[in-house]
Amino acid sequence: MKRRTLAVPYVLWLAAFVVAPVILIVIYAFTSRSGGFTTENFSAMGKYVSVFARSFALALISTAVCLALGYPLAYVLAREPARRQRIMLMLLMLPMWMNFLLRTYAWMSILENTGLISRLLGFFGLGPLRVINTPAAVVIGMVYNFLPFMALPVYSVIVKIDRSLIEAAQDLGGSPRTVFLRVTLPLSLPGVLSGVTMVFVPAVSTFVISQLLGGGKYLLLGDLIEMQFLGQAYNPHLGSAIALVMMVVVMIFMFFMNKFGEGEDKAVII
Amino acid sequence: MSKELIRLANCTMAFDGEVVLNNIELSINDKEFLTLLGPSGCGKTTTLRIIGGFQRPTSGDVFFDGARINDIPPHRRNVNTVFQKYALFTHLDVFENVAFGLRMQKPAIGKAELVSRVLEMLEIVSLRGFERRETASLSGGQQQRVAIARALVLRPKVLLLDEPLGALDLRLRKDMQNELKRIQQAMDITFVYVTHDQEEALAMSDSVVVMDGGEILQIGTPEDIYNEPENAFVADFIGESNIVDGVMTADGSVEIFGRRFACLDGGFAPNEPVDVVIRPEDIDIVALGDGMLTGTVTNVTFKGVHYDIIVDFKGFKWLIQTTDLSPVGARIGIKIDPDGIHIMKKSRYSGLFGDYSSYSAEYDEISDAAAVPAGTAQEADS
Repeated sequence: MKRRTLAVPYVLWLAAFVVAPVILIVIYAFTSRSGGFTTENFSAMGKYVSVFARSFALALISTAVCLALGYPLAYVLAREPARRQRIMLMLLMLPMWMNFLLRTYAWMSILENTGLISRLLGFFGLGPLRVINTPAAVVIGMVYNFLPFMALPVYSVIVKIDRSLIEAAQDLGGSPRTVFLRVTLPLSLPGVLSGVTMVFVPAVSTFVISQLLGGGKYLLLGDLIEMQFLGQAYNPHLGSAIALVMMVVVMIFMFFMNKFGEGEDKAVII
Repeated sequence: MSKELIRLANCTMAFDGEVVLNNIELSINDKEFLTLLGPSGCGKTTTLRIIGGFQRPTSGDVFFDGARINDIPPHRRNVNTVFQKYALFTHLDVFENVAFGLRMQKPAIGKAELVSRVLEMLEIVSLRGFERRETASLSGGQQQRVAIARALVLRPKVLLLDEPLGALDLRLRKDMQNELKRIQQAMDITFVYVTHDQEEALAMSDSVVVMDGGEILQIGTPEDIYNEPENAFVADFIGESNIVDGVMTADGSVEIFGRRFACLDGGFAPNEPVDVVIRPEDIDIVALGDGMLTGTVTNVTFKGVHYDIIVDFKGFKWLIQTTDLSPVGARIGIKIDPDGIHIMKKSRYSGLFGDYSSYSAEYDEISDAAAVPAGTAQEADS
């Protein structure tokens, strides 16, 4: 009883700022401007299929790149001496302490046609390379901003793997490669799963990155929703419906992700 | 005798300049049960890890079957290890843990053979029927057996065991000691066993290697180590010992507390100062007048099979194990037969061990840790 009272503040918070808004979104999604019940908001969504597809594709690519960069980084990091680990973790997190917008603006000027990269390439007689306002620029922005969210959970799982498990696998005849594939990798999957979740979810709904680095040419779900609430297209009902659909799709995605993960745990060897 | 299988020659191991193994020489015979015994930090685990290939000696050579194996990584050695905390793969069930090494074998082992070898091994460690259990759901003793099966299924020539019974309770530990000895004999291979528990070492081993401070102090059969300890450290570490200063007056004669005692040792310089070991069970209590020495009983503890009594001889306290009760305060005489006296050369351990003056304080600490600091209790008693 006493323990439970400690949770009261959070339960109230949860009710006011999590449950209530979700209910509001559901209500908005199923009503029209005039206030009556309608499913029109959902049927109108057909023309945004391409936006959905693009958002999910870019988010998946970003997540995959984050994994490809973040896993080796986390793996190497976890094997370093404690002192170097601390310094490298600091460096990894340092950009996160800088304002998000500022970081993304910085990438704008790096990727610009007259930006750092282009000029550098030009110096060697290459280019000009057009990166800004392309999907590639959006992916670069996402990877840069979300990489720590992949590397940190993977690192924290790998660093906790008992060293003697690795030695046991070596002892039983495992070459470095098989030890990694049969012991380290399966044991680090929980970290990979939470990393994927933590990168994919914000990536699929971002709008600042796509606006600044994609030049507004590549409309993503985040942009679409923002337009319905703040933009000229003002239609909170449609916005709510899109947000709701996105939420459901993400939930389904995560569900399969976790299912796959559970199976993977054991499937690796059999 | 059987032939030599493993040899460590002049092996030194240093971590960041700190020497943990100092130039050790060790030869391990085929099919023997050899125990590395010593307190924590003595270098016994490091020695094991050098044999397993997890550590490369800073200097010196490791030979296996005559070939130098310093640079052979663990996965290419015909040696398997049972780790201290078992190190079972938590993402695999019992069967897959045991099958792990078999699946790595080259050329690959057929499925039927793999299954039969795993099941045969589980049979040996009495774990049939547990194949599909999660390792986390097993008791400590069962996990232990999975770890042993996992290592032995590869039919190594040598099994290395790093304090494998440390996490088990006393009863289970005794059972597992017998079990391990049985498995070693059944498989007919070499076991190299690391422990800090001298009883365990004496009960299981063919040879015991006593280590301290990165050095090997003595190698011998359990009987040798117990009956003929090399120095005060070994005498104290293995069983209970009273260790007193003595002077060899001649071969077969030693002077303790100004009295001459007959003994069986010889070969010392005339009047050479020595350490004299007298085991508590080798002292007979006799009538006052018949005693070679007389002393006062200061403490009696009932131990079931015998009494531990502490007797004060001119301020030096001895431990005597006897089945006859002598009450505290009684004056008694003692007699020691020549074969109950063992003479050791003076060493850097002389004077550090074998004095039971703090004996009662130790007991106070155990029974009532918070009440009196050990030092105070000691003063009050003496």
